[in-house]
Amino acid sequence: MSTAYAQKNGFFAGLWDYLTTVDHKKIAILYLIAGGFFFLVGGIEAMLIRIQLIQPDNEFVSAGLYNQLLTMHGTTMIFLAAMPLIFTLMNIAVPLQIGARDVAFPFLNSLGFWLFFFGGVLLNCSWFMGGAPDAGWTAYAPLSTTSPGHGVDFYVMGLQISGAGTLIGGINFLVTIINMRAPGMTYMRMPLFTWSSLVTSVLILFAFPALTVGLFLMMFDRLFGANFFDPSMGGNHVIWEHLFWIFGHPEVYILVLPLFGLFSDIISTFSKKRLFGYSAMVFATVLIGFLGFMVWAHHMFTTGLGPVANSIFAIATMAIAVPTGIKIFNWLFTMWGGSIRMTVPMLWTVAFIPSFTLGGFGGVMLAAAAADYQYHDTYFVVAHFHYVIVGGVVFGLFAGLTYWWPKMFGTMLNEKMGKLAFWPFFFGFHLTFFIQHFLGLMGMPRRYWKFQPDQGLEIGNLVSTLGAFLMAIGTIIFLINVVITTIKGEKVSGDPWDARTLEWSIPSPPPFYNFTQTPLVRGLDALWVEKRHGNGKMTPAEPLGDIHMPNNSFIPFMMSLGLFIAGFGFIYQVDNSSYLILAVLGMAITLLSMFVRSVKDDLGYHIHKEDLEKGAGSE
Amino acid sequence: MKGWMGKSRILLLLSSLMLFLAGCGDPQLSALQPKGEGADVIYDLMMLSVIIMVFVGVVVMAIYFFVLIRFRQKKDHEDYIPKQVEGNKFLELLWTVVPIILLVVLAVPTVQKTFMLADTTPAEDKKEDAITIEVTGKQYWWHYNYKGQEVQTSQDLYIPTGERVYLKLTAGDVIHSFWVPSVAGKMDTNPGKNENEMFLHAYEEGVYYGKCAEFCGPSHSLMDFKVIAVSPEEFDQWAEDMKNVNTDSTPETQSAQEGKELFKNKNCIACHAIGSSPAAVGPNLTAFGDRVQIAGILDNNKENLIEWLQHPEEVKPGNKMTGKYGNTEAEVPLTDEEASKIADYLLQLQPSEIKPEDAQ
Amino acid sequence: MSAEELKQLKPGQSPHEPEKATLEGKNKFLGFWFFLGGETVLFASLFGTYLALKDSNLDGKPAEELFGLELVFIMTMILLTSSLTSVYAIYHMKNLDFQKMQLWMGITVLLGLSFLGLEIFEFYEYVHHDGHTFTSSAFGSAFYTLVGFHGAHVAFGLLWIVTLMVRNARRGLNLYNAPKYYVASLYWHFIDVVWVFIFTVVYLMGKVG
Repeated sequence: MSTAYAQKNGFFAGLWDYLTTVDHKKIAILYLIAGGFFFLVGGIEAMLIRIQLIQPDNEFVSAGLYNQLLTMHGTTMIFLAAMPLIFTLMNIAVPLQIGARDVAFPFLNSLGFWLFFFGGVLLNCSWFMGGAPDAGWTAYAPLSTTSPGHGVDFYVMGLQISGAGTLIGGINFLVTIINMRAPGMTYMRMPLFTWSSLVTSVLILFAFPALTVGLFLMMFDRLFGANFFDPSMGGNHVIWEHLFWIFGHPEVYILVLPLFGLFSDIISTFSKKRLFGYSAMVFATVLIGFLGFMVWAHHMFTTGLGPVANSIFAIATMAIAVPTGIKIFNWLFTMWGGSIRMTVPMLWTVAFIPSFTLGGFGGVMLAAAAADYQYHDTYFVVAHFHYVIVGGVVFGLFAGLTYWWPKMFGTMLNEKMGKLAFWPFFFGFHLTFFIQHFLGLMGMPRRYWKFQPDQGLEIGNLVSTLGAFLMAIGTIIFLINVVITTIKGEKVSGDPWDARTLEWSIPSPPPFYNFTQTPLVRGLDALWVEKRHGNGKMTPAEPLGDIHMPNNSFIPFMMSLGLFIAGFGFIYQVDNSSYLILAVLGMAITLLSMFVRSVKDDLGYHIHKEDLEKGAGSE
Repeated sequence: MKGWMGKSRILLLLSSLMLFLAGCGDPQLSALQPKGEGADVIYDLMMLSVIIMVFVGVVVMAIYFFVLIRFRQKKDHEDYIPKQVEGNKFLELLWTVVPIILLVVLAVPTVQKTFMLADTTPAEDKKEDAITIEVTGKQYWWHYNYKGQEVQTSQDLYIPTGERVYLKLTAGDVIHSFWVPSVAGKMDTNPGKNENEMFLHAYEEGVYYGKCAEFCGPSHSLMDFKVIAVSPEEFDQWAEDMKNVNTDSTPETQSAQEGKELFKNKNCIACHAIGSSPAAVGPNLTAFGDRVQIAGILDNNKENLIEWLQHPEEVKPGNKMTGKYGNTEAEVPLTDEEASKIADYLLQLQPSEIKPEDAQ
Repeated sequence: MSAEELKQLKPGQSPHEPEKATLEGKNKFLGFWFFLGGETVLFASLFGTYLALKDSNLDGKPAEELFGLELVFIMTMILLTSSLTSVYAIYHMKNLDFQKMQLWMGITVLLGLSFLGLEIFEFYEYVHHDGHTFTSSAFGSAFYTLVGFHGAHVAFGLLWIVTLMVRNARRGLNLYNAPKYYVASLYWHFIDVVWVFIFTVVYLMGKVG
């Protein structure tokens, strides 16, 4: 981590540095810490859910608490764990992979993080302030609009704030990838991870505003007496379902696409082969992103949209299997004829292929609208989306973190312990979720606090809970590995995996300006090209010169803090209108911070050529 | 290591297959043992998709294991540089076209069956006799109104076998979802104007378990109901009995008679109707004595009923009965004696000769 | 970016497109277009919601009785004109003529203010004469949310442009603030386009029934 820096300047200087940083590599670490923390919180919630379901008619947690746990498990894992951890990977890798010194808007990058962070904290404050949201992560109205207490209010405000952060992050990466590529880095030479980050950013841009609107409507209904979802006042709750899924379906591709890209890079690196069918892979990624917007109503087959709509959305959904299949086969044929090194990142990747394929099978089965009348809202669906989200996203995050760990921290996670973490997690995962397909078909709906004895559901649930414990063990071993690696602190070279892309051409961790000289890219797999056909080093595209860097800023923190305070104001003004003062105060802090940001000249600073020659910044 | 992984995967698959395909769950509940038209049609579609998926899965897994075994880096070959293949037009075309064909094979019956299951209007010549039932989901129970028959009841839904019974589904508060896995699929019950339709068509007599499938609050998992399929003759008899029920008959035992008085005095009657009447605050109790289960989840006996009357919140959290009359959460609790009398009254409400046991 | 960028630009100098002369400017330009893409989805969702609920007026007046086209037509003309004046402002920016740009931006602000004033007056009339409020029906909620979101965008845009004008009054035009003026005018056009849709979908279609 920044130990070297902190030692030089003391703990508080180090802390201040992180609070104000606009460096994409440090922001990646911030996302990792916050996202990792929320991942553990969501994991504990999951364990409590599985313990409750270990036997029929169990009284381990109450019905109300159970509903809060399942709601917060879903919401936390999607918005506060998976999204930020993906932003960790995008932040650490995308600028380096395209040969840029930072993202297009470093200030906004920091703002995006702090918005996410304060949104997540606000949401979790509900645990200590009268109870968490309890209407499911989908928060279907009117259950959510009539839910007593403030739980759902926290859901609305927390997600609104963190959602704004995500949207900002998406725009940032779009502009970064389009405008900041090094000379020679054409679109069709970009690593697949960068490509999929680009597509994901487009999805974020067009999907999140639908959630924003949905959350506003719900906020107005709950806090300001509007009637969008109240049937007795002419409202229509199906609007929420549409808005939520217009966002929600692209969201699952937002989560999984970057990891598809990552797997492509990993498979290529550890098979020592270029990616098989690169252009087909790019095309498939774009197509999945596009189709991702056409299929939202497959979450609503039983809502009553009629057979015409159901059929159209069924066929559109099935169509997604084609580009996904293309990807699976291209991965297999990248390995075909290669020289496969079974490192930990590769192990997770290799495990991902069959796991995700099974998830895909479940997806095609669910797409058959008529059959979905049986699957919908049962454990079959729970099994399916855990197969794609754990088998795709979580496996990918473990792979990606292990893969880029040296780039982030300059140390290498222990390979033996990495494998030791993998096996229990892998078996636990299949043990937990495979059986749930059958539980669903045998009549167990999802979000069930209790299941009845003597209905044939006991063994399945028991097995599932045992599997969950194995997953927890795997996660703990991974954490121990992180601690040990950090304590040992053995430094590694810039290219410990013998990899192919630009980020491995600079030291680990890179100096804060990334590239002393912007590299010239001469082909796909830029570093590999130089290793095979050059001298193993990137050719600079410019002479050594001064480098311009942006200033650190505390304003993003203050802007987000203002919204955080205002959030409490909005939530509690229902009980007592004097809380509106808090809302006004919070908004004032935010607007004032924005004002300061607009009015002040922030020109950044330069690192001089002479200092670069002396090796400035390479700690 | 990879051999390890392969073997255990197969082991895992086999063991779960043995466990579950052999049992397939409870025949009264499982979608894997269809007992009605809807479930049957869906089961066929499910099996078609499984066959296609297994076919694809075998191909993928064969390549997968071959690649992992054959192309692992060999010892002393660390410096080997494989050929950098860009792609292969033929292969790429193959794995684009074949999946499309497979999906078409699945899509055609999917569309057919989606339309077939949405065909919820009886044919012209059968319109007269077709049974239509308005189903209302409420937290956490179900109400049924047999249209044009002056029969309304709750929780246990009697239907005749061998014909389609048409359902019109709505909700009284939040969204619920009406699911009878062994007979048909499910459909959401929406509050407000968005009424849904489906049909039930049971092939054989039986008591089928139904569950609420849309998250609806604390007792979502306890909102069970039953579908009781009896022969058409028995059904007609049942409907006749229900229509002619004497709502004010005097119970036989002393205790039940006092229970009847308490039912009025404790204001139970404000929320629960006896006799045909629309969905109220609480379930209709006309045939309470014949219920398969109390509150959808407890065996129908006096002990359980007293428990339910005295401690409703412990049985079904968030239900609308809590605190309404003298149960534990109220100021003046219902005494054991009072609860016992009310239970006696309710359990003798058995207006029809047709009982769940007749559904064999 | 450097101090170089703070040098005042004068008419007759290069560059012709000061808003895109630096990498920061280019990034801002592209990023803002993407932001407007997201805003489009936001308003599309609001329009969808409005269309689903526009007939749910319960006992309140339906749209065709409620709306009067005269006032709304005047508001439309004012906002369209303000879009035009902001075009003039950007035209002068491209000629590096700071004073004229400020002048036309100022006129844009005045027009925007009068639009906002009329809108507040309109809402006031609905609430106090017609009993059409945010909470009276789903129609009311949807109407005020859609039109109100637009109004809030106008208000924010006014604040933004005024801040820009005041801040740069003494500094003049430079490569640092040119992109800021440019994206502010883009934003203003976007608001105008959204209003055209509101005029059509809410008011005209509401009148026709």
